Amino acid sequence: MPLLSFQNVGIRFGSRKVIDHFSAEIEEGEFIGIFGPNGVGKSTLMRAILGLCPIYEGSIQLFGENPGKQNRFIGYLPQSQSLLGTTTLTARALVAAVHHGEKWGVPWLSSKDSYQVERALELSEAKDYADTPFSLLSGGEKKRVMLAQALIDEPKLLILDEPLASLDPKNQMLLVQRIRNIQEETGLTILFIAHDVNPLLGAMSRVMYMAEGNVALGSAQEIITNESLSALYGMNIHVLRAEGRVFIVNAESNVDETTCSHV
Amino acid sequence: MMHYLSYDFVQNALIAGSIAAALGAVVGYFVIIRNIGFAAHALAHIGFTGATGAILFGLSPLQGMLVMSSLAGATMGISGNRFHRSELAIGMVLSISLGLGTLFLSLYQGFAGEATAILFGNIFGVSHAQVIETIFLSALSLFLLALFSRRLLFTSIQPDLAESRGLSLTFLSTAFMIILAISVALVSQVVGTLLVFTLLIGPAGIATRLSHSFWRTILLSLCIGIVSVWSGIFLACLTNQPPSFWITSILFVLYIFTELKIKLFESV
Ligand SMILES: Nc1ncnc2c1ncn2[C@@H]1O[C@H](COP(=O)(O)OP(=O)(O)OP(=O)(O)O)[C@@H](O)[C@H]1O
Ligand SMILES: [Mg+2]
Repeated sequence: MPLLSFQNVGIRFGSRKVIDHFSAEIEEGEFIGIFGPNGVGKSTLMRAILGLCPIYEGSIQLFGENPGKQNRFIGYLPQSQSLLGTTTLTARALVAAVHHGEKWGVPWLSSKDSYQVERALELSEAKDYADTPFSLLSGGEKKRVMLAQALIDEPKLLILDEPLASLDPKNQMLLVQRIRNIQEETGLTILFIAHDVNPLLGAMSRVMYMAEGNVALGSAQEIITNESLSALYGMNIHVLRAEGRVFIVNAESNVDETTCSHV
Repeated sequence: MMHYLSYDFVQNALIAGSIAAALGAVVGYFVIIRNIGFAAHALAHIGFTGATGAILFGLSPLQGMLVMSSLAGATMGISGNRFHRSELAIGMVLSISLGLGTLFLSLYQGFAGEATAILFGNIFGVSHAQVIETIFLSALSLFLLALFSRRLLFTSIQPDLAESRGLSLTFLSTAFMIILAISVALVSQVVGTLLVFTLLIGPAGIATRLSHSFWRTILLSLCIGIVSVWSGIFLACLTNQPPSFWITSILFVLYIFTELKIKLFESV
């Protein structure tokens, strides 16, 4: 049984179709990189997996059940930082607050809970600044703390919505490497949304490309090619390879800035 | 100084003051991490209208305030984040309710003295019955808050993640806004609706500047709140100046020292 399966999934906001007839199966232990322009529905699809966004047609099954039923096995790093940005709590307190945060009562931690908080901070390599107030941390350090929050309740599926945003290239590589190592240690399945394929090239088992209404899922060799990306976007896309890096460019004369930079 | 303790009104003031300060200190902490200071401020002033309009319905000012600010708090909570973080929406509701408050005041000439007490607080005027009312409502609020404080903390810092774990953001924010409304009404009795910020934001705000872990901050906030109310009441006995003045002054001085301490020790 696949860990996650999509059957003919359609998602709409009003009359606008964001996802249309999407079917796919994702196996345990995979690392899926998800790419596509702004507003294409990447975050929406993740929210649908969590049961936070209603599905118009088709079905999503996680561990063989409908969305929302098995969320305690999902670690989620949302795209927005929400209120985290303004808080004066330390990284450690923020991770602790998330640990079994859905329980009734006061946020009191047993020694076993504290141990798990330390373990999550270790896994995401955020221990060095665990006692610094969150608002004083750098963007990259904040992402590590949010990763620890996603890891704290020992998830089986990790959904990371643009964890690389606002990181420099070196830290992008380091964070991907760390997540890859965590996956090796724990056997997690990972859905990883990003805009640049390069930092993820060595880590992904498969690539998912989304374009208006269409989704393509396959190995990096299959998907990141002139033919499949051109077919997906319905325009002439060139994949250039140089010095081990991939550059995806729109080959048509009237280059659309936004499409080009986010493909 | 101890002989002040034998007066009934001083005893009542100390009891009601400590309880309101404790409630304000704990609830205020959540106001700060949820970043809804303006909504708290608005609830206090909306409560003022409730207090002045209470007579129309044969209620006490405290009861009027409780009804009015709980209603407003619940509305803010139910309408969700977009409303109670929207300065325009809160500002508009605040204006109309203060406008109504003015109307109520003009309808009841001779009520001005009591209005001053509501605005600036009159802790020495707290009766035995009010003390009982304060104890009961505070215990209820703190109990409810304790019941879902873990969930509230979670939704306050990571709403998306909390929602994915099955927590209802609307339910929690509504429940919290009602507790906030009750706290605002009780704190108003001590320092008045104009100075609710003093006990609701002051102690918790200073505590979050000094400490960055949940329990230590709450504890520090409690200490600051209670110590400043007690000192304020004793200074008022000694000097004959209003306790509200002393409580706000003490907190202000504490605040200045806190900022100085942070400047001196963290910029080197
Ligand atoms: N609750 C909602 N109501 C109406 N429309 C919505 C809602 N949520 C998302 N949308 C719309 O659905 C589309 C997909 O949004 P989504 O956030 O999933 O995009 P995304 O692929 O994650 O983009 P980005 O790269 O910018 O994060 C957008 O056009 C957005 O405006
Ligand atoms: Mg997104």
